[in-house]
Amino acid sequence: MKVALFVPCYIDQFYPGVAVATMELLEKLGCTVTFPMNQTCCGQPMANSGFASASAGCDKNFIASFRDAEYIVGPSGSCVLHIKEHLHHHEEEAAATKIRQGIYELTEFLTDVLQVKELPARFPHRVGLHNSCHGQRGLHLSSMSERVLPSYSKPEQLLQMVEGIELLKPKRVDECCGFGGTFCVFEEAVSVKMGKDRVQEHEDNAVDFITGVDMSCLMHLDGILRRKQSRTRAIHIAEILNANIR
Amino acid sequence: MKVQDHASAAAAFIADEPRTDWHDETLWWVRQKRDKAAHGLPEWEQLRSWASQIKDHTLSHLDHYLEEFEKNALANGVQVHWAEDGAAHNRIIHNIIRNHSIQRIVKSKSMLTEECHFNEYIREQGVEVVDTDLGERIVQFRNEPPSHIVLPAIHLKKQDVSETFHEHLQTEKGNNDPQYLTAAARVHLRDKFVHSELAITGVNFAVAETGAVVVCTNEGNADMGTHSARVHIACMGFEKIIPKAEHLSVFLRLLARSATGQPITTYSSIFRKPRPGQEMHIVIVDNGRSRQLGRPDFRNSLKCIRCAACFNTCPVYRRSGGHSYHTAVAGPIGSILNPNLDMKANADLPFASTLCGSCSNVCPVKIDIHEQLWKWRQVLVKEGYVAPAKKLGLQGMAWLLAHPAVYRLAGKTGRWVMRRMPFLVNNRLNPWYKQREMPTPPAQSFRDWYLKNRKS
Repeated sequence: MKVALFVPCYIDQFYPGVAVATMELLEKLGCTVTFPMNQTCCGQPMANSGFASASAGCDKNFIASFRDAEYIVGPSGSCVLHIKEHLHHHEEEAAATKIRQGIYELTEFLTDVLQVKELPARFPHRVGLHNSCHGQRGLHLSSMSERVLPSYSKPEQLLQMVEGIELLKPKRVDECCGFGGTFCVFEEAVSVKMGKDRVQEHEDNAVDFITGVDMSCLMHLDGILRRKQSRTRAIHIAEILNANIR
Repeated sequence: MKVQDHASAAAAFIADEPRTDWHDETLWWVRQKRDKAAHGLPEWEQLRSWASQIKDHTLSHLDHYLEEFEKNALANGVQVHWAEDGAAHNRIIHNIIRNHSIQRIVKSKSMLTEECHFNEYIREQGVEVVDTDLGERIVQFRNEPPSHIVLPAIHLKKQDVSETFHEHLQTEKGNNDPQYLTAAARVHLRDKFVHSELAITGVNFAVAETGAVVVCTNEGNADMGTHSARVHIACMGFEKIIPKAEHLSVFLRLLARSATGQPITTYSSIFRKPRPGQEMHIVIVDNGRSRQLGRPDFRNSLKCIRCAACFNTCPVYRRSGGHSYHTAVAGPIGSILNPNLDMKANADLPFASTLCGSCSNVCPVKIDIHEQLWKWRQVLVKEGYVAPAKKLGLQGMAWLLAHPAVYRLAGKTGRWVMRRMPFLVNNRLNPWYKQREMPTPPAQSFRDWYLKNRKS
């Protein structure tokens, strides 16, 4: 299966290891993975700040990068949701539509398209799962505590295939971490307070790692963890699913 | 006085962290009660769909149902008034009070009167109106607005209430026993009820086919106020209309469960006609609702039944308090309603959210609240209600990300600077760094890695 890898800008710049893990994992599972070299950003930082109208250049670049891809996979629920909901371009609407329909967040691609039943992964640690809102409530990667519907979780389903892992949930299973894009700086006080509260619940579970499908939430939580010199670290789910620690 | 924007007011609220934790945990407890009540009904999602459809239908035929309601209310012997805005609403009520030369006036909870700033207005006219909802009476004593539409004094602890009652009701100083304080309020309010000549109430639902209004309270204060009063004035925003009485079987089941987790409010009173000798008025208010109805992206915000489930679930509201929203209706629903009332004054509110989407999930009438927050952001930027520095920054960012070579150079330079001269980033001008570490910048980007490891 041919996959075009979508690497969100901040992962490209700050967390290349997450993209490497995503690529290696997809290759292990038999995919041919390419990385369109001119991609930059999905446009979400502008759009969520009210500047969707200013991101036409960015949208056009995204369409040019991915117009020929059959499957587009990215290790971020939030960026993928943005493309699914908001990628449009007046000159390229057909190509934009094809992209909106062909883009997947990594874990949903693994469970729904590749239908992965087992993984050659081992990660002998206590791990707390953070449900990132856009993946959960936007892409429906898992059931939500507010809704009266059957319960399921695609990220959890995959993590349970990892040998040696001990999965732990925080008390509030799906409360937002407070990252929120530019919210994290324009509403700094609330953002940090929300993050501190999330971190505390995971630390109460004495986890070694907090994981999730969005590195942006994890970057925020990791910044708080490191400031308080916690022994807990944040790690992207792709790095766990690709790990083979003996 | 300049109103503080949400971010600054929230920062001031959070400065008292133990109190913030208490506020957050108290409202989270209410959210959990709501979850338990919702999960107790297998047909919960079906009820939400019905409620949403009834409201959608009603909003599309509002002219018809409003006229039907007025016709039936008039036939019941009720006087109906139409108010274009808050000022007209206030004047109409003041005129009724003046015509009767009435002094003793009680009011049960009505967020509409808060929206119209009725309390301030009527005080300036030299008329005293006593709020009879316990929480509202507390904030009225303190000369504060409610901080929550269902739990008006939720920002206060029992110690605060004790001090307020000591000052106004001469209770024992330092006695924080809730039972003692409630008993004092009961004695005080009982006197107001018994001597009330005119009672103002809000309206939860107005039934077009019968001309009746439904008022839901837990304290029975709306009923006690109206029982002895010779004049009853019920105030409603025009979106409170529902077509049929049978629709109450959907809304009454959803309202209290969503609000507090109760199966139904303690009192759900239906007022259809004045009792013999009593005079009954209904004031129907527009105050910007027609304008909101005309905005396709935002019209369905008028489906709101004011349960406040979105307040209780909102992680931002729980940690910033209702007053940080500087409007009568706070929380996520307030943030999509208030820009319609005054775009400039409320331009900060749609940004007071992480867009986590929990509000839309708990909404009993399925308002797409977080999507409307996103859409309001687009409108506010287009209309120019955004700080110039933010505008410049985001336009610069948009340009950079539209040019791959510039993006790569900026990324490489940025990472180099962060590694060699971290003080340029790790300083007090950087709001991220204030309470969080910056990510550790790697020497190479993923693209660099890909070129070396897969492209060759």
